[in-house]
Amino acid sequence: MEEKEELVLDFTQQKYGLVTSIKFLYFSILLAASYLLAIPDAQSAEGPPAGGARPPAYPERIVDPDAVERGRELYTTYACSFCHGADTRGGNGGPSLLRSQLVQRDQNGETIATIVRNGVPETQMSAFNLSDQELADLAQFLHSFELNSRDPARFPPETIVVGNAEAGRDFFNQTCAGCHSVNDDLQGVGGRYIDEMELQSNWLMPQEASAVMVTVITQEGDEVTGELARIDEFVMSMTLADGSRRSFRRRGELPKIIINDSLQPHRDLLETYTDTDIHNVTAYLITLQE
Amino acid sequence: MSKSFSTSLLSAAVFAGSFVVAQEPDSGLHPSQILNPIAESWPTYSGDYSGRRYSELNQINQSNVQNLTLAWAARVTAGSNGNPDFVGGYGDGQLFANQTANIRGVVLMVDGILYMSAPDNAWAMDARDGTVLWHYWWKTIGGTHIGNRGMGMWGDYLYLETPDNFLISLDSRTGEERWHTEIASFDEQYFSTPAPVVVDNHVLVGTGNDLDAPGFLQSFDPVTGELQWRFYTVPMKEGDPGLETWGSLDAAQHGGGNPWVPGSYDPETNLYIFGTGEPKPAYFSEPRGDGDALFTCSMIAVNVDTGEMAWYYQTSPNDTHDWDSAQTPILADIEIDGEMRKVAMTAARNGYFFVIDRTNGEHILTSKFSRTANWAYDELNDRGQPVRIPEKDHLIGGSLVSNANQGAANWPPPSFSPDTGLFYVPVAESWAMYYTTETDPRGAMGLGGKREVNAGSDSHLNAIDPVTGETVWSVEYPNGGQLANGILTTAGGLLFAGDRGGNIVARDPANGEVMWHSRLGTVSNAPQTYMLDGQQYLLVAAGDMIYAFTLYQ
Repeated sequence: MEEKEELVLDFTQQKYGLVTSIKFLYFSILLAASYLLAIPDAQSAEGPPAGGARPPAYPERIVDPDAVERGRELYTTYACSFCHGADTRGGNGGPSLLRSQLVQRDQNGETIATIVRNGVPETQMSAFNLSDQELADLAQFLHSFELNSRDPARFPPETIVVGNAEAGRDFFNQTCAGCHSVNDDLQGVGGRYIDEMELQSNWLMPQEASAVMVTVITQEGDEVTGELARIDEFVMSMTLADGSRRSFRRRGELPKIIINDSLQPHRDLLETYTDTDIHNVTAYLITLQE
Repeated sequence: MSKSFSTSLLSAAVFAGSFVVAQEPDSGLHPSQILNPIAESWPTYSGDYSGRRYSELNQINQSNVQNLTLAWAARVTAGSNGNPDFVGGYGDGQLFANQTANIRGVVLMVDGILYMSAPDNAWAMDARDGTVLWHYWWKTIGGTHIGNRGMGMWGDYLYLETPDNFLISLDSRTGEERWHTEIASFDEQYFSTPAPVVVDNHVLVGTGNDLDAPGFLQSFDPVTGELQWRFYTVPMKEGDPGLETWGSLDAAQHGGGNPWVPGSYDPETNLYIFGTGEPKPAYFSEPRGDGDALFTCSMIAVNVDTGEMAWYYQTSPNDTHDWDSAQTPILADIEIDGEMRKVAMTAARNGYFFVIDRTNGEHILTSKFSRTANWAYDELNDRGQPVRIPEKDHLIGGSLVSNANQGAANWPPPSFSPDTGLFYVPVAESWAMYYTTETDPRGAMGLGGKREVNAGSDSHLNAIDPVTGETVWSVEYPNGGQLANGILTTAGGLLFAGDRGGNIVARDPANGEVMWHSRLGTVSNAPQTYMLDGQQYLLVAAGDMIYAFTLYQ
C-alpha cells in the first residue's frame, strides 16, 4: 500500500453486539455448508467506510436490481457457487470471482463469455451455454458485490477477550499497581467500555489526549510550568495555567526543559509485554465491572 | 545497447556521457544529460540515476549556510481554480477537483524552468522568481488520489501519471498535451502515482493497486507513447520464474508486488533497479501458502531495453504487514573488506537495511535499523533475510507489533553522501495492536481483514554506515509522530531535510548537528538544489507552496 493514511480509530463505527452474533452464527452455518447452501445478499458487508470524507476513489458499479436477481438465480441454477462460493469469493476448488481481473474488467458479460461458454481445459470449469442476456444478468450479479481494497470483515470474531483473568490480575499487581488501583482510578473500568478493543487500547496506551506538562528553567533561573503545546529543536511552546501561550527559543540544551509525560511508563512497557500478558490483563480488567 | 562513455556514473567527476540512441530529441533535455551527477539541474526523480540525492554543488556550504535566505516563494493552485492553460481527461471536472495542491514529489529543473506536479495537475515555473508559466489540469474519473511523485522528461516532452491510470505527455514549453495513453485498468482499481523515469528512449512507468492484482513495470516510447515492454513482478503463467513460491498460479496472478516508487539506473549494466510492494492479500498469507511470494517485497533489476529481469533480492519473504520494499534503491561504490563494491542499498519498510551487489543481486549485508522491530526472529536466514514470526502477523486478541503500518521507513527518499560514506534515512519507530477481524478461512482481500490500533511512535533522522550496517548517529524529533520527509546531501558538507515541526533544517552530515533552519509550517517533499546565474538555490515544497533559498553575498 502506498503510504499510510492517518489512523483514527472510531469505536462508534464497529460494535460487536447483536448484529455480530447473528453474523457469526450465519458464518457457522455457512462453514458447515461449505459455502454451498446460502447465497448471501450482495453488498451486505458491514464495516467502517474506507477513505473517510474523501470522495470515493472508485465508484460502485451501477447494477440493475432485477438483473442482479436473475443473475443470482443463474448462479444458483448452474451451481456456480459450488466452486466459486455463494459470495463469489471462492469455494470448493474454484477461484474467487470477486478478485478476478477478468470479472472486474467485464461490463455486460462480454469478457466472462469466453470462459463461461467454453470452459477452461484441464480444470473443473466446464462450458455453459448461456445467452447474451443471461451472461449480462450473471455479470450484473457478479458486479453487485462490493470491491473494496479495505475489505471489511464479514465474519468478525465474537470477542477479542481471549486471556486468563487470574494471570492478568497477577501481572497487574506486579506491573501496573505501582501507579493504578482497581479500588481507585480503575474501579469499575470493565463496565466503562462497550467495546473490549477500546478497553484494551486505552489501558495499553491511553487514547484520549493526556496533558504533557513541561517546566522551563530560564537563564535567569526562573521556573515556568505549563502544558506542552508544541516542541521542535528550535522552539518550545506551552499553555500556562491562565490559558495564555508562551514560547521559548531553544538553543541546543538551553534553556533546560523538563518534560513530564505521564504516559512515559506506558511507552516504556510496550517493549516488555508479551501478547499473552496483554490479553490476560484485558481479561482481568473486564471482570472489574463495579 | 552499447554506451559511448567510459566514466562511471558514480565517479565524483562531472562528465558528458551519451547514449547511442535510436531517436534523439532536437531540443530540450537530451537523455544523456541525466547521466551526469547532480549539479546545476535536476532532470529526473532523484536528480540523477544513482538515487543518492547528493549534489556536487558547494556554493552553499558549512561556512556560509547560516546566511541562507529566502529568494522567493510561490503558490500553485490545482484544478479549475488554477486557471489551467490546458485541460484534459474524461471526468466531469468535479471529482477531486480544486483540492489544495500538495507537492510531494520531485520538482524538475531544466534550463531555468521548474516542473512540478500534484495528482491531476502539472505546472511550470520560472526558477529565477517562481512565476507560474503554465498549468495543466487532468479531469479525473477517480482512482486513489494519495500523491504524485513528479514527472519525467525527454527533450521537451514531460510525462505525468494520473490516479486514473493515464500516462500524459505534455509539451514542456507550453503545457499543451501531446498525447495520453492508458497504462493500467481503472476497473481493476489500479492507481498511478510514480514519477516516470526516462532512460535513453524508454519512459519507465510503475503503478499501484490496493486490491489483489499483479504489479508491473512498463516502458513506453517517449515520442509516440507506444508500449515497448511490460514486466510483471509476479508469475502470470505456468513456467514463469518464482511460481514455485506461490500456493497456486491463481494466487500468484493476484499477488501484488506493485512498483509504486521510481527506481534507479546503472548505466554500466544498463539495469533499472527498483523495489516492489507487498504481496496480496496484504495481511492473509493463507491463499498463497508458506512460500516466499516472489517477486514481492524485492529489489529487482531489469534490462531497460528488453524488460527482462537480470537479478532480484527479496527483503521480506512472504510479508504479512503491508510493508513494501518499493523504496528507491541507492547505487554507490563503497569499499567493503578492502574491495570496492558496486552496491544497491535500501532501508526497507520492514525495519531492515540491505546492501546488495548491484551487478548480480548477491547479498552483502543486512542490519536491523529499527531497534524496536519485533516481527521477525533474531536470526536472519542463510540468504540474509529476516524471517517472520507468524504470531506477529495479527491475532484475534491483538498482537503488539513494531512497527505500525507506515513502517520504519517508507517512500520519503533517503540520501547517500560519498563524502561521509553514510546512508541517511527518515525513520519512525512505532507500535500498533494488529487485530484479526476476518475469521473466514478464505481470508480477506486487499488490505482488509485486520484492524490496527496505534500505540505510539517516535520519529528520527538516522545515519547508517553501509559497511557495518550500524546506525552512526540519530536525531530524534522531539514531537515524535510519523515519518519525516526525504533528504538531500551536498558537496557543501550539508544535509537538508524537513523535520516533524515544519522546519527545513540544514545539518552537518557527519554528526547531525544543526547548522541552519527555517520554519515553513510543513515540508512535503525531499529538498533539492540547483544552480542558476552563478547562484545556488535550495528548493523545497510545503504543500501548495514552493520555497527557494539562496545566498546573497
